[in-house]
Parts: sequence; structure tokens; C-alpha cells
Amino acid sequence: MALAETLVRPSTFLAPETLPVAAPLDALFPYGGLVRGSIVAVDSLTVALALLAATSAAGGWCAAAAVPDLGLAAAADAGIDLHRFVVVPTPGEQWAVAVATLLDGIGLVLARPPARLKASDARRLSARLRERRGVLLVNGPWPEQVDLRIHLAAGEWTGLSDGYGRLLRRRTDLIASGRGAAARERRVTAWLPG
Amino acid sequence: MNRTPRLLTLWCPDWPVVALDLPADVPSVVLVGEDVFACSRAARAEGVRRGLRRREAQRRCPDVHVVERDETAEMRAFEPVVAALEAVCPTVEVIRPGLCALPTKGPARYFGGDEALVHVVAEATNDAYRIGIADGRFASALAARRGAVVAPGKAAAFLAPLPLALLEKPALVDLLARLGLRTLGDVAALPARDVASRFGAEGIAAHRLARGLDEHLVLSRTAAREIAVEETLDPPAESVEQLAFVAKRLADTLAAELAAHVLGCARVLIEAETETGEKRSRLWRYDGAFTAAAMAQRVRWQVAGWLEGPVAERPSTGVRRLRLVPDEVHRGAGQQLRLFDDATGSVEADERAATVLARLQGLLGFDAVNLAVLCGGRGPTEWARLVPWGEPRPAPYDATPPWPGRLPAPHPTVVHDPVLPARVVDGTGADVLLDEHGAISVAPQRLSVRGGRPTAITSWAGPWPVHERWWDPVAHVSLARFQIVTADGVARLMATGEGRWWIEGTYD
Repeated sequence: MALAETLVRPSTFLAPETLPVAAPLDALFPYGGLVRGSIVAVDSLTVALALLAATSAAGGWCAAAAVPDLGLAAAADAGIDLHRFVVVPTPGEQWAVAVATLLDGIGLVLARPPARLKASDARRLSARLRERRGVLLVNGPWPEQVDLRIHLAAGEWTGLSDGYGRLLRRRTDLIASGRGAAARERRVTAWLPG
Repeated sequence: MNRTPRLLTLWCPDWPVVALDLPADVPSVVLVGEDVFACSRAARAEGVRRGLRRREAQRRCPDVHVVERDETAEMRAFEPVVAALEAVCPTVEVIRPGLCALPTKGPARYFGGDEALVHVVAEATNDAYRIGIADGRFASALAARRGAVVAPGKAAAFLAPLPLALLEKPALVDLLARLGLRTLGDVAALPARDVASRFGAEGIAAHRLARGLDEHLVLSRTAAREIAVEETLDPPAESVEQLAFVAKRLADTLAAELAAHVLGCARVLIEAETETGEKRSRLWRYDGAFTAAAMAQRVRWQVAGWLEGPVAERPSTGVRRLRLVPDEVHRGAGQQLRLFDDATGSVEADERAATVLARLQGLLGFDAVNLAVLCGGRGPTEWARLVPWGEPRPAPYDATPPWPGRLPAPHPTVVHDPVLPARVVDGTGADVLLDEHGAISVAPQRLSVRGGRPTAITSWAGPWPVHERWWDPVAHVSLARFQIVTADGVARLMATGEGRWWIEGTYD
């Protein structure tokens, strides 16, 4: 039986399955996309929306849970197809169940964890996630280690002066770090919104 | 066209307890984990119910006999019943221990009608079980609970007055109940197209059941049988454990094969054969689509019932060949078979999302699960509106033209509702306020949010004036919007009016 288990273990030389990410953000990811079954912490909603938009552009479904203040016009600006973008603003006490349920049928879910998310709930969710092959983007503190963390380190807006113009775009410095293949820190300079 | 088969269902209430074969007056419960899964009539008389915790059951009935559930043992105990039925009709399908069904077409003709068949089956099984006949599996199973024979073509009428909960799809039933539907007849009366668009695959299945049809449209049997899998064991396996191990591998292969064809399998034929040609085959049915684990479990049940069953029936040598044949398949994989992609677009992805969203609405409430629709309006809270999933979405408002005072993209990624009170001051620390012309006379220098520490303003633009309902002296709103970037790199969408400032949005 031990032999059989060794045989069925997937080869570590095979790149894992990913969800698409558009350039230049793809350079933040060791495999060029969001690895299925992983949890990615994103501190900037602009970056999160750009990640959702790539999956949406491929025709996939995505969702935002417990992000009641998410700018929906900004989501549309980012290129997310609102017909396939599910919004669950306030799952309340049922946060973990709601996110797990979404991940049963939706490949990419952005969620803001409640302040006191139990580590056991977080672990259960990541197990479910691995089984369901989805990707969870978390916007906020996560009680366990995440697979990848994308940090917006600095941003410089253009288009605005003293009293005139309007906000156009922001030149951002993004840093990705994580575990496994993502242990090496990756940095990208990106214009957002793209 | 009525292709729904007419079936006889045999059901034993409380089978997990009955299978223990304890005296009838011993109160007993069978646990799954710490919860009561089944209880004997004697225990029920003491107030024990399914779903109670073990401790509560023991409190209500202190001398209750407690046993952990063992499905393999349950099936072993059920084996003689199935064998007795097979003597009446060879195509008996086992749904789970304690529940099985057979098509009545041949046997009813042979024995002279439905009533006669019921009589023959009851006699063959010592009158110990409940028996019912109806068109379709769902109606037949419910007929068995009531010990009824439902006339051909009357399944829908038989089902109509029964409660929705019998569908055993709690989330969906909850949602339907919320919409005011109470009986299976209420669901059956809905137009199929509406059910499909509103409730997805699960709704379609429920609708079919309520109308007395089988849950899925069954595809050609011969085509399905071509993807059978089998394994020859050398040396032959003598123990259930060895066979269970092989079964798992076979089941995984078959599940992957079915998934690759986007098929769900509701009935599988399992054949085991020994070196000397002794053979045990059995049909197994599963609600929805078999998972690899469920198929492997059926194999285990079957070989345990054979190898460890009544001594007279046991094979004389080891099992040499194991074969799994998908006997009844339907389009669209079950939820468990997920080799296809849900993050790239497909009809399946839409269906699966629909199912999950209906489930989520059952959990959180209808209004909790939404799609967004863009609409007109100048303020960030008016740019988009949430519409509950399943409700018709209004055509998206053409958000581009003429909303004077509305800022073009990019829109803030965070919309504050309620708004964040703020203070904006000039170089001397004096509040910057709109003058009577709707302009500001000095440059804003510092911003503090919610009474917090002031941050230097590095760039800003505005005002974008807004005069809403200018014709109405009471409801008339006069304010102006600004975009402000502070030294920490944060950009805000702000508004001011009547001597106050507030933050409407943040470009996070």
C-alpha cells in the first residue's frame, strides 16, 4: 500500500494548475498565475480587482464576500463581468460557511476575514479549498500562514495637481512573498488601474 | 412518452438498528460521530430522536444500548433480503442497506398484477418490510413508506399533496418555502424553463422529482457500459481488505473516466468472480452521481456480504476478477466530479454557480446573495445597485453621459457608507470651506480623518459642484466634490457642504 501511495503522488516537477493573471502582475506569481487551491493575501483592493478581472475575462465566475464597502463601479472599471460576479456583502456570523459554499461552485473568491476568525475555521477552509481547486483572495488578517502575500508597498498617483486635473493612474510597487516556490520575493512595478 | 420505469420499492424503517438484530424491547441507538443516526422503536418511545447528541439520548433513556454505525455490517445483514428478492426478479438494485427497488414490468405480468407482486415479495421477505409500487423512483420510495400501490400514470397526483421536505434538499426546500411553495404539487406546477433559470441544476432535478419523473434524464445504457473498468487479480484476493484496496483504484479510474465524458452515474453494476467461476453481481443505485468513494464503498459492501456472509453462500476460492460497469448515466457530472473547470467559462460552470448560489440563499437569506448593476447617479453609493441573485436584473444604466458633477473612472475601490467625517485645513490651521460661489479660496494643506492626526495633502483637484434638486428649497443639496492625495500616498474622493467635509470613497 505504501508503494501505491508513492506512485500516485503528483510529480513535483509538474507546474500546478493556475488561474490566469494578466501582465504585468503575472510576474508576481511563481507559476505565472493564481495556483489553484491556494490562499493569497492582497492588501490593496485595486490589485484584488485586477486579479478577479483576469479570471472574469476568461469567462469564469468570481465573488466578493464580506467586503461591503467594495466599489462596484471600480469592479466594472477593472473589467469584471458583473453578470458573473457574485456579491455577498455581509455574511455575518456565517462567514466561514458562506465562503466555503461559494468556493464549491465559484473558482475565485475575494473575502475579508472577520476580526476573530478561528484558526480551526481557517484550516478547514484551506482544506476545502485544496479539494475544490479554487483560489481564495483574503483582504485582511488571516490567522494562519497564507500561500502568497501581495503587498502594495508604494504608490504614486498621476493626473492630479494643486487644484486641477483628476486622478488617472497610480504607479505602484508591488511585492509578493510566500512559501514554497514563492519563498523568493518578487517585485513588480505596475500602473494601476491598468 | 413515458419512459419513467414502474418500480417496486422495499424499505425497512430504522434499518441501522434493525440490522443489529437485538430484541425489540431493547431501546437502542446507532451513532454517527456523537449524533443519533437511528433509533429503535423502544428508544423512540422514551423520547429519543434522530439528530440528538449521545449524551441527551442517554439522559432521556438511561439504559439505552449505544452502537457506532457500521454500514458494512448493515449491508451484510441486508444481504439475505436482497437474495430473496433476486429470486423474484433478477434486476434488484440496492440503494442503501435497508432500501432496494426492482422494476415491476416483467414480474408483475408474471405474477398477475401489482397487488399479486406485492404479495409475493412480502411473502418472500417474511412480511417484515414496507413495500410500495409507483412510476418513478421517488414516488415508488414514498409509496413504500406508506405501503401503497399507486396506479400507473398517477405518480404526480400521488405526490402533489405531499410536503416539500421530502425532496431532501434542505437548502433548496428552504428557499422554495420562502417563496411560498408548500407542496410537491406547487413545485410541479412551476414552468420548467423558469425553474431552470432560477434554481439551476438542483432545481431542475427537484422539479422532475415533483412531477413524478426520475431526477435525471437517463442516457443510452449501452454507451455507458462501454466505459466499464475491470481488474484481474493475481493471486486472487481472499480478504475484504485486499478487495477494498483494488476497488478504490478501480473506482477512481471509473470516476475519472465518467468525469472526462461529463457524465454522472446513478447506477453501477458491480461484478465479482472467483477462480472457479462463482459469481456475485449486484446493481447499486446512488442519489445524484456516484463519487469514487461511494462506488468503492459499494464494492466493499458487496464483497463483505459475500465473503463474510452466510457460510453456505461463501465462495470456495479467492476473488479473481472485479468489474465496475456504469449501468445508468446522465448528462452533467454530479457535484463531486469536478475534473472540468469552473474558473473558465462553460455552461457547466454557470450551472454549478447557480446551484451554489441557490444553496447560499437558503443559508443566508434571499437578499444576501447579489449581482451588481450599474446605475446613474453622482454619488458613489448611487453608482451601482445590488439585485438579489435570481431576480430579473434591470438593464444596466448607461453610466457615461450626462451626470454633471460625476467623476469619470477610475472610481474609488472603497465606498464608505456611512461616509467618514473629516476635516480639511489650510496652512494656518483654519478650516477650508466652500464660499458662496461654490469655490474654495485657499489651498487645502492638511486632512484629518475622523478626528485623527492630520496628514499633509500633496495634491488635490476640485471642486466638482453638485446641485441636486435645486428647484426644491427643502431637499435641495448643495455640495462639491474633491479628489485629495495625502503624503501617505492615499487618494480620497471627498465632499464638502454646509461647513463640513466627509470622505465618500478611497482609492485603495
